[in-house]
Amino acid sequence: MSAVVLYMAGLAAIAGWWLSQQRLASKPWLEEGLAADLREESLSSPPAAKVGLGVFLAVAGALFALLISAYSMRTNMADWRSLPVPRLLWVNTGVLVISSIALHWAYMAVRRNDLDNVIVGLVVGGASAVTFLIGQLLVWHQLDVSGYFLAKNPANAFFYLITATHGLHLIGGLVALGRTIAKVWRGVELIRLRLSVELCAIYWHFLLLVWLVLLGLLTGWTDDFVNICRQLLT
Amino acid sequence: MVDIPIDEVRDIPPAEVADVELYHPRSWWTRYVFCQDAKVIAVQYSITAMAIGLVALVLSWLMRLQLGFPGTFSFIDPSQYLQFITMHGMIMVIYLLTALFLGGFGNYLIPLMVGARDMVFPYVNMLSYWVYLLAVIVLAATFFVPGGPTGAGWTLYPPQAILSGTPGQDWGIVLMLASLILFIIGFTMGGLNYVVTVLQARTRGMTLMRMPLTVWGIFTATVMALLAFPALFVASVMLLLDRLLGTSFFMPTLVEMGQLTKYGGGSPILFQHLFWFFGHPEVYIVALPAFGIISDLISVHARKNIFGYRMMVWAIVAIGALSFVVWAHHMYVSGMHPYFGFFFATTTLIIAIPTAIKVYNWVLTLWRGDIHLTVPMLYALAFIITFVNGGLTGLFLGNVVVDVPLSDTMFVVAHFHMVMGIAPIMAVFGGIYHWYPKVTGRMLNEALGKFHFWVTFLGAYAIFFPMHYLGLLGVPRRYHDIGDTAFIPASAHDLNAFMSVAALIVGFAQLVFVFNMIWSLTKGKEAGGNPWGATSLEWQTPETPPGHGNWGKELPIVYRWAYDYSVPGAKRDFVPQNEPPAGLLAQGAHP
Repeated sequence: MSAVVLYMAGLAAIAGWWLSQQRLASKPWLEEGLAADLREESLSSPPAAKVGLGVFLAVAGALFALLISAYSMRTNMADWRSLPVPRLLWVNTGVLVISSIALHWAYMAVRRNDLDNVIVGLVVGGASAVTFLIGQLLVWHQLDVSGYFLAKNPANAFFYLITATHGLHLIGGLVALGRTIAKVWRGVELIRLRLSVELCAIYWHFLLLVWLVLLGLLTGWTDDFVNICRQLLT
Repeated sequence: MVDIPIDEVRDIPPAEVADVELYHPRSWWTRYVFCQDAKVIAVQYSITAMAIGLVALVLSWLMRLQLGFPGTFSFIDPSQYLQFITMHGMIMVIYLLTALFLGGFGNYLIPLMVGARDMVFPYVNMLSYWVYLLAVIVLAATFFVPGGPTGAGWTLYPPQAILSGTPGQDWGIVLMLASLILFIIGFTMGGLNYVVTVLQARTRGMTLMRMPLTVWGIFTATVMALLAFPALFVASVMLLLDRLLGTSFFMPTLVEMGQLTKYGGGSPILFQHLFWFFGHPEVYIVALPAFGIISDLISVHARKNIFGYRMMVWAIVAIGALSFVVWAHHMYVSGMHPYFGFFFATTTLIIAIPTAIKVYNWVLTLWRGDIHLTVPMLYALAFIITFVNGGLTGLFLGNVVVDVPLSDTMFVVAHFHMVMGIAPIMAVFGGIYHWYPKVTGRMLNEALGKFHFWVTFLGAYAIFFPMHYLGLLGVPRRYHDIGDTAFIPASAHDLNAFMSVAALIVGFAQLVFVFNMIWSLTKGKEAGGNPWGATSLEWQTPETPPGHGNWGKELPIVYRWAYDYSVPGAKRDFVPQNEPPAGLLAQGAHP
């Protein structure tokens, strides 16, 4: 459970930092009148949807941290037989990186009010995300063909579970991206699209980051890293 | 806090929300059924939660009938007894208390108390309720599928939860897990709303440290729930895969009915870690909103400001954070390294500090207050007593050496019913008697309310106080029939019969409450806008019940904290949060 405890500690640090900015030591019973509100002081107060996405990412992050915790607890047992890493996984990773870059491109373009590049970015981002998902299905197929069935070994089960969870989150993102593209199609002003595009880009970066961590875990890189940390601590 | 001196403020621009942002119902369906107004969603959540809660109440009757009069009721066989236990626990903890506190009280009170027009994502909020309703329907469906609901105990521990021999192995457990997954998805949608509304939609002047403690409690509990429920989600999905697809996340190699199963190598302890990583914060997810509600009830009905507001806020935050590092105290008998046991016992006992601070502050708020023994106040006092009672037995169970012999006895059942059964329900009732006039515009009948209170409070003690003693005698929990066990004296059976009679009476008293809620809807005394003389914003709405959008044309402006009761020199014994200071009134600000 150390992964999820570390994750929660990270969130607690962020929450603590945020709370420390909220004047929790004030004495509200002595203060009458119109208190200055922090949200009004900072003009760059983020819109509700962005805060909402941030909270959601924290929740999704907790989900993945828990999967990682369960995975690392389970790997230590005797019957664990690691999976081979299909080469296609690296191609998929590259495609997901392209997807993330394309959405960032769209975000930069929407800030410049450059409609053509917004469309290019969104469509390339969406298409490469779909390609990534198809690639993941092919990986499943390859493993299945070579006899690494879901129920055969816990390593297999975890591989399918973790990739499926990540893929489902990406599908959810594609729904939001599809709605954004539809808005562009209908000719909604770019100014009003800015937030949607930005949120899509943030979500994609998050899923890319999660994927890189999961990939490190599934390919066994993180083992070395964890071992180094453990040696440092003991 | 940086305060602007009053005389510098000439004209305060009211914070206005553009009309387009507000959702407007267009037909009967979108006004009352598929409604995006948080107040309607709150009522929908509350009614659904209470309806399924009544089912769980009937289940507890059936369990008590069996325990009190073993052998008399032939229709309760051991399998059914286990099914009743499981469904009673699951419904009460998750589908009643969590949904009612966060979905019901949260939806109704957060926007009104922080001075918002609605939740920030009304559509997602509506979706949250319908997914919750679906989860409840799937849960209720397990009573009618072949094999009936699961009898695995509310903790659903594998391997027994999905092995044959456990009731409901075919359908019950599958639907139970599916229902939990749905509930968590639905809750996450609602939870995002509650958190972001508190963060982003507070009205002008409503700083965090001016929020009523109810909002603090619900806010912190929601943050915890958002982070803790994923653990149950992961555990449910993995257990479902084990059951349906034959994976071995949790299932060790084992022999079932003389046959070697297809499972191998899984870790049941892993499930326990995941389950309790959710399960312990869940205790505080239910307790923190109760803490908040009780703080407000006590302050209003004792006409006194809450003692140590800052400490109360810090304690809520500290409890929320600490509750994530105590989960393994539910697993002392599962086998763990002694140092782990020591660590978790220490963190468990540390939580007692912020909790005790809250209890002291409630008592000090009451000290020399002008205590009105209204029904909400009676419930608030009962909450404090019950919570202290349950908290003290928690100190016993938090220590490894004391916990091990008491584990799986009725002492544990008595402890958690006191601390997270009776105590939160006292807060729920107190809250309903307190806010019902705002929701409906009419008061609940006071005489019926007092009858309901005394029967429920004394009756609950008649059930659960002797249960501690049974636990110390060694009476085990989850047993259909303890029979003639050598170390259990005959008097324990008499005590069991007494407790069962008390449980039946308490259950019937709840019908009085249901009747009161329905009857008062049309026949209750007209309440007016602010029957209790309370300061917080929900009592200052232009209409009662609050209209669509909560506030008339302009949002309220907040000038003070929520606890200005009996202020020396003030005209009335309470000063509403949105009443401008005297200096401002003279300059013609909006009253």
